[in-house]
Amino acid sequence: MSGKKFISGDEAFAQGVRLAKAQVISAYPITPQTIVVERLSEMVEEGELDSKFLHVESEHSALMAAMGAAATGARTFTATSSQGLLYMAECLTYVAGGRFPIVMMNANRATALPWSIYGDHRDSLSLLDHGWIQIYTENAQESLDMAIQAYAIAEQEEIRLPVMVNLDGFVLTHTYEAVDIPTQEQADAFLKPRETWDKLDFDKPVSMAYTVGPDLNEEYNLLHHKALLNVAKHIENIDVSFEKIFGRKYGGLINGYRTEDADLILITLGSISGLVRDVVDELREEGVKAGMIRIRFMRPFPAEELIRETAHASAVGVLEKDISFGFEGTVYSNVNSALSKSAHKISTYDFIGGIGGKNISKEDVRSCFAAMQKKESEEVRFIGLEVEDDI
Amino acid sequence: MTSESTERINAENITEDEFFFGHKACAGCGGSLAVRIALKVLGERTLLVEPAGCMSAVSFNYPQMSFSNNAIISAFAGTGAVLSGLKAGAEVMGWKDYHVLGIAGDGGTADIGLQALSGLIDRNDDVIYLCYDNEAYMNTGIQKSGLTPFGTSTTTTPAGKKGKGNLKHKKNLFEIVAAHDIPYAATASIGYIEDFANKIKRASEVRGTSFIHVLAPCPTGWGIDTSETVEVAREVVDNGLWYLAEYYDGEYHINRKPKEFKDIHSYIKRQGRFKHLDEEDIKEIIAQRDKTWKRLQQYSVGQ
Ligand SMILES: Cc1ncc(C[n+]2csc(CCOP(=O)(O)OP(=O)(O)O)c2C)c(N)n1
Ligand code: SF4
Ligand SMILES: [Mg+2]
Repeated sequence: MSGKKFISGDEAFAQGVRLAKAQVISAYPITPQTIVVERLSEMVEEGELDSKFLHVESEHSALMAAMGAAATGARTFTATSSQGLLYMAECLTYVAGGRFPIVMMNANRATALPWSIYGDHRDSLSLLDHGWIQIYTENAQESLDMAIQAYAIAEQEEIRLPVMVNLDGFVLTHTYEAVDIPTQEQADAFLKPRETWDKLDFDKPVSMAYTVGPDLNEEYNLLHHKALLNVAKHIENIDVSFEKIFGRKYGGLINGYRTEDADLILITLGSISGLVRDVVDELREEGVKAGMIRIRFMRPFPAEELIRETAHASAVGVLEKDISFGFEGTVYSNVNSALSKSAHKISTYDFIGGIGGKNISKEDVRSCFAAMQKKESEEVRFIGLEVEDDI
Repeated sequence: MTSESTERINAENITEDEFFFGHKACAGCGGSLAVRIALKVLGERTLLVEPAGCMSAVSFNYPQMSFSNNAIISAFAGTGAVLSGLKAGAEVMGWKDYHVLGIAGDGGTADIGLQALSGLIDRNDDVIYLCYDNEAYMNTGIQKSGLTPFGTSTTTTPAGKKGKGNLKHKKNLFEIVAAHDIPYAATASIGYIEDFANKIKRASEVRGTSFIHVLAPCPTGWGIDTSETVEVAREVVDNGLWYLAEYYDGEYHINRKPKEFKDIHSYIKRQGRFKHLDEEDIKEIIAQRDKTWKRLQQYSVGQ
């Protein structure tokens, strides 16, 4: 299967995993991730993908099984969403600290309670500190492409870390788009089979996932931290070689749009970016120097890139689908911390929207720019509310 | 399938090679004896997984690793899943001639890891799961687990003015496992080490998942002398409070049926964890023992 096909984000991701030749797949179903798992099972069943599919009884086991397989040197894949991601949370720190380069797709979905199957980013953002590389994609094509790139990043010798690729639940996972499916030859030219010294080995038996006492534990954490920072160094090369073979490029940790001279910049993650770009174009026609930045990687966090991209801005807003209760949005906390090191003073705004799948309209996005333009108060605000915020 | 399919392992023919040494287990630790013997039977080409618990805590302390075969720690609840992952990985890597072994405690098996164990047996991956049962959460300081026997004083079921220690009987783990219709399950005791070694061997010859539940006293948690471990592990079989059995081909087999059970008093009285028990409690323990045996005998074939 190659060439242009009309498929959903989940299906696109499954195609990416097939092309990356994941050798062991273990996953547990949860809406809106299920389709990726179903497609992969079909591919294995029909012989399109030579892989072992493990039917596990939970997400905790899904990630633990992937870890066991990764320890033998195999390329592994798992996928989950929301409560499933939280259920495997203990294992996230495990595989990250153990430096197992597992790739996981997470279909971003609200976290209970209140119960909701619809999308927001609270699931993955609440686990930002678990030591994984976190990528957020914008459309089905990027999702497929990042499934392949994720393995190149994860398995890079100076990185050797797990990667979580996040797709907005339903908006991305279930929306059909025309997607260019690369050929296996292209994928093979880009991604070699996994080679590693860091595995169980009968010739040189090892112990893995061990205990480190207070004497060296901090040093281990420092190595982990540096490995994550190394992503910034490698991502551009990986993207350049990707472009040479596939003819598509995504740039680095962020994607700026009309930021060169922008005075007001709105920062987003994931699928809402298209709408924000449209609003930026409208505002530009109205004479407002608007711009937008899509953060592609939340970890490592693109601090330097954001400072560079906001060099001319007087105000920067974050439009995000999450809230760290009792404080502010997590993306905003990260952005604000980075911009505090900017050479010039920037006003920063936090707009919380799209929680539990709530629609974000063009007017909502315009209202974010308007608040920045009018230099309104910098308090955290929830946008697009049905009920007025007078509680 | 018969238990005598190949030459039996005994003290004379078991390998002199050691795969588990330099660890920090307490003197007289029954669990570490079970680990040592299991690895001697299976050999160097064993991929071992251990979850949190005493056996991993005493042996994976960087830079002092205690296994000379390949080994990995699992999250506490994940042994069954890591076993499947290791097996799947070994298969796709094309490895040949090896064993995949999981060794978890009673808490790691009968409580927090029971779901993953059930998933493993359901997948029927060709691996061995060994549960060393010291009848409490020892690594965290002797708390009650689902396999702590009736009357045991632990740090979370302290015997005091009102309390008699743990009021629940041990879960029937062997029967829970057998109810999955697993290809091979067995109980064992480190007091009958040859029987245990041969059950490990048999498990390695079975295709699909096999499970062994070995009773392994813990001097620290049981309040016995470090020299008494093996003796106590024999006595508990001889007095019927533990049993040696197998499940295969869909049927239960009792391996050792004492003509007459040894009196349980000496077993109870010699252990600090039981020292508060009175005659009433001992009667209750005997009644439960007899109930278990009656049920097992009803199930069992042969012998
Ligand atoms: C998820 C999780 N919960 C709790 C613990 C703490 N913990 C570590 S070992 C242990 C007890 C293990 O008991 P058991 O499995 O019986 O093995 P033993 O220590 O007795 O050998 C506990 C409760 C943990 N490591 N992980
Ligand atoms: S506490 Fe018990 S099980 Fe743990 S190492 Fe000591 S003797 Fe062995
Ligand atoms: Mg125990």
